[in-house]
Amino acid sequence: MNILNLVVIIPLLTVMGIVMAKNMKAVRWVSATGMFLQLLTAVFLMFSYLAIRKSGVTDEMVMMSDHLWFKTLNIHYTIGVDGISVAMILLTGIVVFAGIFASWEVEYLQKEFFISLILLATGVFGFFISIDLFTMFLYYEIAVIPMYLLIGIWGSGPKEYSAMKLTLMLMGGSALLIVAMFGIYYTTVLPDGSHSFNLLQLAQGAMSSPAQRFFFPFAFLGFGVLGALFPFHTWSPDGHASAPTAVSMLHAGVLMKLGGYGIFRVAMYLMPQAAHEQAWIFIILTSTSVIYGAFGAIWQKDLKYINAYSSVSHCGLVIFGLLMMNQTAMDGAILQMISHGLMTALFFALIGMIYSRTHTRMIHEMGGLMKVVPFLGVVYMIAGFASLGLPGLSGFVAEMTIFIGAFQHGDLFYRIATIMAISAIVVTAVYILRVVGILLLGPIKNEHYLHLKDATWYERISTLTLLIAVAGIGFFPNWLYQVVYDSLDPIVLKLSTVL
Amino acid sequence: MKLQDLLLIRHELLLTLTALILIVAEIFIDDKSKKKIVPLALFLMIVVTAAGILFPVNGTAFGGMYQTDALRSAMKTILDIATVIIILQSYGWVSKKVNQNKTSEFYILMISTLVGMNFMISSGDFLMLYLGLELATIPIAAMAAFDRHKSNSAEAGIKLILSSALSSAVLLYGLSLIYGTTGSIYFEEVRAAFRIEPLPILGLVFFVTGMGFKISLVPFHLWTADVYEGSPIAVTSFLSVVSKGAAVFIFTFVLYTVFAPVSAFWSQVLVVLSVTTMTVGNLFALRQENMKRFLAFSSIAQAGFILLGILGQGEQGFGSVIFFLLVYVFTNLAAFSVVAAISDKTGKENMADYNGLYKTNPNLSLIMMLALFSLAGIPPVAGFFGKLFLFSAAASNGYYWLLFVAVMNATISLYYYLRPVRAMFIEKNDNPIPTFKSDIYMRIGIAVSVAGIFLTGFISAIYEYYLSISNLF
Repeated sequence: MNILNLVVIIPLLTVMGIVMAKNMKAVRWVSATGMFLQLLTAVFLMFSYLAIRKSGVTDEMVMMSDHLWFKTLNIHYTIGVDGISVAMILLTGIVVFAGIFASWEVEYLQKEFFISLILLATGVFGFFISIDLFTMFLYYEIAVIPMYLLIGIWGSGPKEYSAMKLTLMLMGGSALLIVAMFGIYYTTVLPDGSHSFNLLQLAQGAMSSPAQRFFFPFAFLGFGVLGALFPFHTWSPDGHASAPTAVSMLHAGVLMKLGGYGIFRVAMYLMPQAAHEQAWIFIILTSTSVIYGAFGAIWQKDLKYINAYSSVSHCGLVIFGLLMMNQTAMDGAILQMISHGLMTALFFALIGMIYSRTHTRMIHEMGGLMKVVPFLGVVYMIAGFASLGLPGLSGFVAEMTIFIGAFQHGDLFYRIATIMAISAIVVTAVYILRVVGILLLGPIKNEHYLHLKDATWYERISTLTLLIAVAGIGFFPNWLYQVVYDSLDPIVLKLSTVL
Repeated sequence: MKLQDLLLIRHELLLTLTALILIVAEIFIDDKSKKKIVPLALFLMIVVTAAGILFPVNGTAFGGMYQTDALRSAMKTILDIATVIIILQSYGWVSKKVNQNKTSEFYILMISTLVGMNFMISSGDFLMLYLGLELATIPIAAMAAFDRHKSNSAEAGIKLILSSALSSAVLLYGLSLIYGTTGSIYFEEVRAAFRIEPLPILGLVFFVTGMGFKISLVPFHLWTADVYEGSPIAVTSFLSVVSKGAAVFIFTFVLYTVFAPVSAFWSQVLVVLSVTTMTVGNLFALRQENMKRFLAFSSIAQAGFILLGILGQGEQGFGSVIFFLLVYVFTNLAAFSVVAAISDKTGKENMADYNGLYKTNPNLSLIMMLALFSLAGIPPVAGFFGKLFLFSAAASNGYYWLLFVAVMNATISLYYYLRPVRAMFIEKNDNPIPTFKSDIYMRIGIAVSVAGIFLTGFISAIYEYYLSISNLF
């Protein structure tokens, strides 16, 4: 059996295990064990991928397997991975694993919570291994819909409103994808004259320029909604702020990356000509995202809102890097996806942990937390430094690469866009340092906080897992670089041949 | 009339026989335990269904008036399965005391309707189509008014019969125009003699209008919500899946065969109807509080999506429509079963009553959620596949803007499909519907529907089979 199938089977088995679990303790441990196995599988997958590449295989996708599903429409269940998907699977594995420990204290409808959470993760894992557009879309929707229940039932604040807003906007995005998917399917003529949903085959086929121009915006915006592209980002602050901790982690950390992943794998790869023609529109939008998200974060008082807006800004950088359409910038975008995924998950985990102690997320009501919860405080600071791009942590590597790539474009438009995007880094530093200053340093504002306890063992597992990954990328970027580097070749090649 | 002709119509004969057996059997059951008729009706219907699946027939009878082939048999099977599920679902309701003296009539009427639909599906000319349609319509009006102690049930009955009469009149007028201009009522001959001239096109328009009433397309939908709300739930389910399914089938069939040469005309009409039906159905569904009314508007919106499939034309169009009808049977009946189960036990039918249902009746809530997800087209349940194949059919014909409108409508529909989910799972309720256990019939019915919701999508053979038999053009 193809080892890739495990990536979907393990979560499903875990769900079954949770259904059968007798008590709370069992539910927790079944989830934790399942996701630990999943993490191991992801690590194993990465090493086997590197081994395959080392042995000289230059196929675009490896570990492929293919099952015919609907014959007439030529729908297959095709799975396979390249370096980027392997890296994304590892990212998801880490975040979900950390997420399980971050939700250790969930008690209300606990079983249902873990089932929904892991089902959501299943959708994400499935999405990353799919090569067939149809199954990719199927997994995408599976990843989106549990979110409604997760936010609606276990969320806080205006949870029903946020849950509905998030679901409708994301499903609206996926609705655009339906149009794009069938458009690509019916207008791409393969060499043998048939139609296919298979990404690799579609890339070999010819799609006419008018068709590309028509369907590219559908595909780009469809994924862009999930990637929080301005002006379709409004679900993100509300959704993330209302969601329970693990859901924010998974959503900001992984689900938003589905957007970026889809943009280069589907939209840009299959419609390169339209990508070049229409890039300027989306560069304007995504530069706005970057700036707007950063400034938005400055004005917020709620920790989760700050982080949600910061995610809009950082995910904007992902799309920005992709739109530069050269190897360096796109590499940076991939690194940014992973770096931001880990970082933001860490942030949301910490915010959840702080909230469970102080029962408030308003930064002005807190202060001096470093004195009472030093572990959480230190980790929060490191996460903050990673977020503002301090060398030695993951954020720096990713953002530097994006900007170096972006500066390779000589003309004025690109220069201005790049400078705008870079200036957002300064703003990022402002809001991160401001929060760190108010939240962690200074006097303790509330006597009640004097008796707060520092991180428990499960909280430490959750945060340390993520922290190690963030620092790991910062210190050894080359290792990750190796994994993803080759995989961009076919896409960059395709983009450059139409020029 | 030859003996072979009788053999060809054996499906209809078996159904008629079923109805007759029920009439006779009623004599032998004493008044106190009329509900014993249900197992008998169920058994006979299962036999008929099995016979329809196991011994399909192809051929033409009565000089071309009656035709049967794999496609039509497949549609009949779908309706049979739906009827079986509805019989299972209706047990709790018919066994109530108020229905004691009319239990068997309900099933007799239902099966008579089904006979009419079968004749309609198998029609080879417009006369048979009309006869079948009428036979299918009149008993339904009696069924809709079955809760005669309730004024809104009586109202539903009269509304249904009046609007049906009107639509039949329009349809008949259209058919007479077609007959007058082509000189024939046989499908084959009409097709050959049909000219693109004002009068026959007017006939076509009246035909679409008449059928539009039956399928409840906007703007011919006004009867739907009141009738669905007033009728007993078993009848509402029957109307929404069986009645509508049969009408959609013959509508598609006639458009694809008789009016194939003028497809350019009717596709424009259908595009407009599709957009209005989806949009209006959706917008009205947004604020419904009564579950039956809610499902009524949802079913109007679904009809709009079906038109998308019809616009696909060719085998992909027909195959997708039939596949969707099968999916729709399971999905809608699962939703209606939950509504029926709750209504039987508590008499509550409003969405607000469902608040906090998950706490007390988790299984029913989960089934309802599944059904709603399937209606909304969310994977991995069958509705996702059903809807995507309809979309695919429309896209194959280049209707990308229509597809865009449709997917946006699908997103709007998600809002109201999530409302009951919110009520059941998220809302708190101090006085929720108490925990209860439904009767065995209801539980089997729900189990069949849920199995259908899960399996029809994943088993690609079903869709491929429908595609292969749709290849008649």
